[in-house]
Amino acid sequence: MSFLVDSSIMITSQILFFGFGWLFFMRQLFKDYESRYFHWKMNLCVILLILVFMVPFYIGYFIVSNIRLLHKQRLLFSCLLWLTFMYFFWKLGDPFPILSPKHGILSIEQLISRVGVIGVTLMALLSGFGAVNCPYTYMSYFLRNVTDTDILALERRLLQTMDMIISKKKRMAMTRRTMFQKGEVHNKPSGFWGMIKSVTTSAPGSENLTLIQQEVDALEELSRQLFLETADLYATKERIEYSKTFKGKYFNFLGYFFSIYCVWKIFMATINIVFDRVGKTDPVTRGIEITVNYLGIQFDVKFWSQHISFILVGIIIVTSIRGLLITLTKFFYAISSSKSSNVIVLLLAQIMGMYFVSSVLLIRMSMPLEYRTIVTEVLGELQFNFYHRWFDVIFLVSALSSILFLYLAHKQAPEKHMAP
Amino acid sequence: MASLDRVKVLVLGDSGVGKSSLVHLLCQNQVLGNPSWTVGCSVDVRVHDYKEGTPEEKTYYIELWDVGGSVGSASSVKSTRAVFYNSVNGIILVHDLTNKKSSQNLYRWSLEALNRDLVPTGVLVTNGDYDREQFADNQIPLLVIGTKLDQIHETKRHEVLTRTAFLAEDFNAEEINLVIEKRYFLRDGNQIPGFPDRKRFGGGSLKSLHYD
Repeated sequence: MSFLVDSSIMITSQILFFGFGWLFFMRQLFKDYESRYFHWKMNLCVILLILVFMVPFYIGYFIVSNIRLLHKQRLLFSCLLWLTFMYFFWKLGDPFPILSPKHGILSIEQLISRVGVIGVTLMALLSGFGAVNCPYTYMSYFLRNVTDTDILALERRLLQTMDMIISKKKRMAMTRRTMFQKGEVHNKPSGFWGMIKSVTTSAPGSENLTLIQQEVDALEELSRQLFLETADLYATKERIEYSKTFKGKYFNFLGYFFSIYCVWKIFMATINIVFDRVGKTDPVTRGIEITVNYLGIQFDVKFWSQHISFILVGIIIVTSIRGLLITLTKFFYAISSSKSSNVIVLLLAQIMGMYFVSSVLLIRMSMPLEYRTIVTEVLGELQFNFYHRWFDVIFLVSALSSILFLYLAHKQAPEKHMAP
Repeated sequence: MASLDRVKVLVLGDSGVGKSSLVHLLCQNQVLGNPSWTVGCSVDVRVHDYKEGTPEEKTYYIELWDVGGSVGSASSVKSTRAVFYNSVNGIILVHDLTNKKSSQNLYRWSLEALNRDLVPTGVLVTNGDYDREQFADNQIPLLVIGTKLDQIHETKRHEVLTRTAFLAEDFNAEEINLVIEKRYFLRDGNQIPGFPDRKRFGGGSLKSLHYD
């Protein structure tokens, strides 16, 4: 019931929001160029303000409130945390060629350049990892063969470990009980003097207890590992079953397609770096020009290239943000808890904001020439070429390292499970 | 040691309601200073004298299996958790009094744990919807515990407690299991909390557990 209510509220609010937005923007606001320009600038300012001032402060505040010691002086410590963040944020700009002496300290260009650096690094890291992980996940070629007997064997080991932990804890409980009944109360050493005393004189019962406690800790760690491995095996088994269905086969095919695309991207990144090349025209216009010249068709290149490139740019933005959100959600779900959920939501907001700003920077490459000048105007004088080069470098590094990482993980896993 | 019988009790509930703290409190008689998440399952043991003072006194080891995770986990995690649900003698369902969702999830938790044993009798289980009939032939005693009562403001306590009273009643399966509700206070610092209620409940089998 509550699910229906929630989803209907969401859908209605979204329809209202988009409906009004479209109406308002299309009819009222963007009739002329100046107002569009103004609003674009204003939006950028507000986003930057939020990204640089509000969200980090809020994050610091929540982190500090999680630490029990500093509960009383939360505000003070979160201000301190924010100041350190600002300091490092500013220092970030030094090694990069983005500081031009023409602008003041707190100008938009300075802020955008720094946010852009962080965002571009993030984007490149994520796309590098995604470019490698996507074919790895989709293609069934990489799926390890998991049989039921493997899973059963691992479960048996897990239960055996739990039984060992239980028997040791039973011994400890019994020992404590007999000690208690005999009148030796085992006090944990408290304070400095207590610790010194416990070093020199300790009851034999408590010595036994600490030994067993250490064994129990090791066994508990082992049980956690076994639990995670078993969950992993179940997940792999499900994937194998999924890949035998139609949907699975379709995704498998997509996986091959994607892998070709990813290899091409890595190749292009290498070429860009090695030959120090910066793309002059966007791929869509190039593609259309090539087709026109090759096929000899009369084509109004300018008109179509503009529309097609914008559609493509829209698709790229939507799919990349969607992919990012899905990956981040999975990651955050795995590490979330009731204490840190606020921090995680804010971190997500911060990452999304930076991602957005830097995607505006990078999208410039995919646009036709006359629109690039507009973006350049709005964002101020930034060294765009630098960002593209930086993106390529980080993308390459991230892709290669994730290939290495996945290769190692893939190699290591079957040996762990198949060994008796 | 082998002469003492074993009693396996599961402690189930959402993430962060206080299962590990509860288990630590019951077994070590101390408040857990630094609770952190439970990955997989952590077990603790309490030695208990059943029917103390009577001639039938017997000492049992009560194993409290504190299973971590949430109801919305991936099915691979659920299948892995299912290995802990074998041959269970009792289930403690823990929910957070400040979090309504955690009490609603208790139905799903109990279904997940009891499904293991209900399947052989051929009971059809719908997809997570609560149906009192499913608990009709349940032999396993259930205990519902609500935590963090001290974090609820005085004025709201009454409505929260009436709501949880209904919850406990829902799990009641006619004469076989009694479910009681017991609340305790978990404070910051080293105060050992007091138990405001002393209650005894009997299970369908011969073993009965007495919490003090």
